[in-house]
Amino acid sequence: MFDFSALTNWIHAGLLSFMPEWLAVTTECVLIGLVLLTVYALLALFYIYYERKVCAAFQCRLGPDRVGPMGLLQSFADMFKMLIKELISLKHTDKFLFALAPYLVILASMLAFAVLPWGNGLQIIDFNIGIFFLIAVSSIGVLGILLAGWSSNNKFTLIGALRSGAQMVSYELSIGLSVLTMVCLAGTMSVGGIVEEQRDLWFIFSGHIPAIIAFIIYLIAGTAETNRGPFDLPEAESELTAGYHTEYSGMHFGFFYLAEYLNLFIVSGVAALLFFGGWMPLHIPGWESFNHIMDYIPSVIWFIGKAVVISFIIIWFKWTFPRLRIDHILSLEWKYLLPINLVNLVLMVLIVVYGLHF
Amino acid sequence: MADIQERIAGQFPEATFDTSDVLTVEIPDSKLHALARFLRDELRFDFLVTIVGMDWVEKMGCIYYLQSTSDHSRIAIKATTADRENPMLHSIADLWHIAGIFEREVYDFFGIVFIGNPDMRRLFLSIDWKGYPLRKDYDPSLNPVPTENERQSDFTDTYVEHSDGKVVKEQARVFEEDDFVVNIGPQHPATHGVLRFRTAVDGETIRKIDVYMGYIHRGIEKICEGLTYPQTLHFMDRMDYFSAHNYHHGLCMTIEQAAGIEVSRRVQVIRVIMDELSRIASHCLFIGTFCMDLGATTMLFYTLRVREQILDIMDKTCGARMTFNYETIGGVMQDLHPDFVKDVKELLAVLPANLKEYDKLFTGNVITRNRMEGVGKMSREDAITWSVTGPSGRASGWACDIRKTHPYSIYPELDFEQVVMHEGDAMARFKVRMKEIEESAKIIAQLIDNIPEGEIQAKVAKVLKLPVGHWFRTVEGCRGAFGIYLESDGTVNPYRLKIVPPCLPAAAAVDHLTRGQKIADLITIGGSLDYIVPDMDR
Amino acid sequence: MEVTTKSMPYEAWKDNEYIESLVNELKENGTNVIVGSFDKLINWGRSNSIWPLTFATSCCGIEFVSLGAARFDMARFGWEVARSSPRQADFIMVAGTIVHRMAPVLRRLYDQLAEPKYVIATGSCAVSGGPFKKSYHVVMGVDKIIPVDVYLPGCPPRPEAMIYAIMQLSRKMKVERFFGGVNRKEKQQEFLKEHPVEGVED
Repeated sequence: MFDFSALTNWIHAGLLSFMPEWLAVTTECVLIGLVLLTVYALLALFYIYYERKVCAAFQCRLGPDRVGPMGLLQSFADMFKMLIKELISLKHTDKFLFALAPYLVILASMLAFAVLPWGNGLQIIDFNIGIFFLIAVSSIGVLGILLAGWSSNNKFTLIGALRSGAQMVSYELSIGLSVLTMVCLAGTMSVGGIVEEQRDLWFIFSGHIPAIIAFIIYLIAGTAETNRGPFDLPEAESELTAGYHTEYSGMHFGFFYLAEYLNLFIVSGVAALLFFGGWMPLHIPGWESFNHIMDYIPSVIWFIGKAVVISFIIIWFKWTFPRLRIDHILSLEWKYLLPINLVNLVLMVLIVVYGLHF
Repeated sequence: MADIQERIAGQFPEATFDTSDVLTVEIPDSKLHALARFLRDELRFDFLVTIVGMDWVEKMGCIYYLQSTSDHSRIAIKATTADRENPMLHSIADLWHIAGIFEREVYDFFGIVFIGNPDMRRLFLSIDWKGYPLRKDYDPSLNPVPTENERQSDFTDTYVEHSDGKVVKEQARVFEEDDFVVNIGPQHPATHGVLRFRTAVDGETIRKIDVYMGYIHRGIEKICEGLTYPQTLHFMDRMDYFSAHNYHHGLCMTIEQAAGIEVSRRVQVIRVIMDELSRIASHCLFIGTFCMDLGATTMLFYTLRVREQILDIMDKTCGARMTFNYETIGGVMQDLHPDFVKDVKELLAVLPANLKEYDKLFTGNVITRNRMEGVGKMSREDAITWSVTGPSGRASGWACDIRKTHPYSIYPELDFEQVVMHEGDAMARFKVRMKEIEESAKIIAQLIDNIPEGEIQAKVAKVLKLPVGHWFRTVEGCRGAFGIYLESDGTVNPYRLKIVPPCLPAAAAVDHLTRGQKIADLITIGGSLDYIVPDMDR
Repeated sequence: MEVTTKSMPYEAWKDNEYIESLVNELKENGTNVIVGSFDKLINWGRSNSIWPLTFATSCCGIEFVSLGAARFDMARFGWEVARSSPRQADFIMVAGTIVHRMAPVLRRLYDQLAEPKYVIATGSCAVSGGPFKKSYHVVMGVDKIIPVDVYLPGCPPRPEAMIYAIMQLSRKMKVERFFGGVNRKEKQQEFLKEHPVEGVED
């Protein structure tokens, strides 16, 4: 399997050959930033197109198919349009917070990108507490949503923001606990370490029952975290027009729109990391030749492919289920998911202690 | 009826009777309330169908149509006042909840003030509207298109009669000063058109809703007064556009019976088939939009598939996808398309599978059941006092299907069930409509192979004049009892054409049903009542 | 310059004279090469991403729903992202009758739309009052309140006609200049000056 660290080391060495180290690191940071921005934009545009096509398929429609081949350029057209749309400034609002909110939301998803295992050796930074960092930064997003709802000075956005706050704070717990369950199994919080642990068998197989329970809970909580249907209360169209971003226009709205899809990617990416081996190819112990063939598929494709497949499931939710009511959402979390999660964590600990995993 | 007339005459010697159509009791204003109470409590006329405001130039007044929910007989009360400057009648809003709304409508159009009505605001027109449009002497130049936002008031007027007989205007509050009022509508995705709810909320819980109508009030009743009878027909398509055939049928039937025109059996059969096809299409769209309101957007696309198939059948025969203008006085516009029978049979063949699919996708879902079961419970008494007819009323256990209670056309010969459920919640309203699709399919299946040959248009005078008189007829629209009150003075134009829409009471009941529920339930309840705003606004 | 959309021959359009007059205006106003190519890119984006506001008052609104459904599927053109918030929509499809009470509300919605914004008057009622010409409460055409870009007659217009109307709008967008402001903004400002609405904030 190709190790991207060879490439990055080569670039690093090349830069060091004609500049001091501090300058080299700064240059690398800038380069990484630019690459990240591009990946970010392209992924978001792909996801918008992807959701529209998947949704169309569920609804017996064709979906975008006129702009570019198979409608592939549709989201690019949307982006150009959005870029030049007027940014409406409102009276009687907190202008600074109003403008800050979309950037906070974007920032949260951007930071989360830093620790995702994109491929073999292709990780921006590998902390020993990578997972912890991920959970921490992804909760910045809710702050952006709360600010957006509050600063718009609109009753709909306020209700949307409050709903979002209640929902996110609750479901953070489930995400945290199900991640903790998997960290138990991995024995490390480092993202690279978790991937490495799954060299022989993905956690969803090796952790069997508790891992599957944790995966289901993670998927539910992850859907809620990204504010997607059936948990899309903060922006419930039929109730609150557009929820917390009702007053945002142009690119500010675009940021919320992009962030929604990127959060979808991040949630799926983390699920891929924790349960399906990150960039690790599918290995089955004993099947040597099969494992070799799998190794030929590049690691980046493995990671993104897994994320896209998991996103498909989350999109499937959205276009199938009706929306929950706020009290049902909260009772689902506090009365069902949280106790199950705690029991599941104990179960996982027992399994790890007695070595009952594969 | 003679027995009832005697009993009323015994209690109210001043009453006079008119038996030309429905038994009409004319009573002075002072005894109006007592008579209404007597009719409701003693003679069991417990359902207020409508209040028809009237302007006879020399006097003004109201005709109250009452109906018994046990034997379905009808009676009318007529009360008049000669005072054009300050017309006043006594309110019966304390006897029927819906009367409050009906009286506001009469006040809006005729300026008749109801003493004792707690909320005497305009209903359809804006707060600063000048004059009363349905009066015969109304001058439309008084009200140009407004260029200002509408004035908003938290206060309402109420007229109180003191013991010495003096009537005093007082102010009352609609919302308290510290209420957190969220404005839902008129432009809101869940109001099914342009309806406006001012909603006082406490967190996510609704405390009170004040319904504002009239954002699509087009004054159809007034326009009709200036048109000939055939011309009035095409407005029936544009109120409840899903029940276009049913409404057309209603008005045509009223005019035919008034003019004494016999229609052939072929026409009757065609009309009934069209009515039932519309009902299926309408309920399909209801299921779709209701699911969409709840967030299950995909269902809409599955239900529209059936609707498109029905629209194709209509398109071939009537030449339009909506607003068909198909029924005429004495017949139908053109004969059935040669493919009609084949297409309808194809539709009937695919319908059961589709219904099964809807059930599988939506009805059994645990989220759906949590959202719908026990939400917006309406008891049978509530349904009657709010006059909520149609599938919503039947979901509360009130058998109010006009096709059974006041059979018209060829419905008495047909074999079908009246779907009644007793839970009265959003789920029951949803299920009643699902079942009604099956019943409608049953009716069509009985008729489709036996469409008799015959004339499609009876001989009707080129210039149609109705004899002097008044008629009140109802038909079952897709959303409930649709009534027509027609008064003729012998000319080519109707003197008064009052339309009784089934959706107005449904929207009026929203406040009652949503108190103490969550904001999300407002969407569920509104969706399940399935009101069409252009229908209630006319 | 023939302004058309994908797989639609130029001759098939109905009112080419109007679009040609817009093209001539564009040519007379000439522009430099760099701004011009930017304009082209932006116009490509705008004309292919037309998001409607979910706004319907009566019958036409139901046909608009049909337009979104599987049979007509406006998603093919990228119009399916119907936004409920006017801040995020590109055009209002005034589907249905506008009455006196609704008129200030419609105007307000229009003012809430973010630039560049467009209006399609859908159905006879919105075009001219339609069958309600004699009514005391109906606005005789929405062009009394807001500037209209495309008139779409019919009662209600069929979904096919709606597709055609939005395609016409898309064509109109292609002959505008985002940087130069030709063909668009001035007229709109003139209209708004002639039809002032009190109490509506810009």
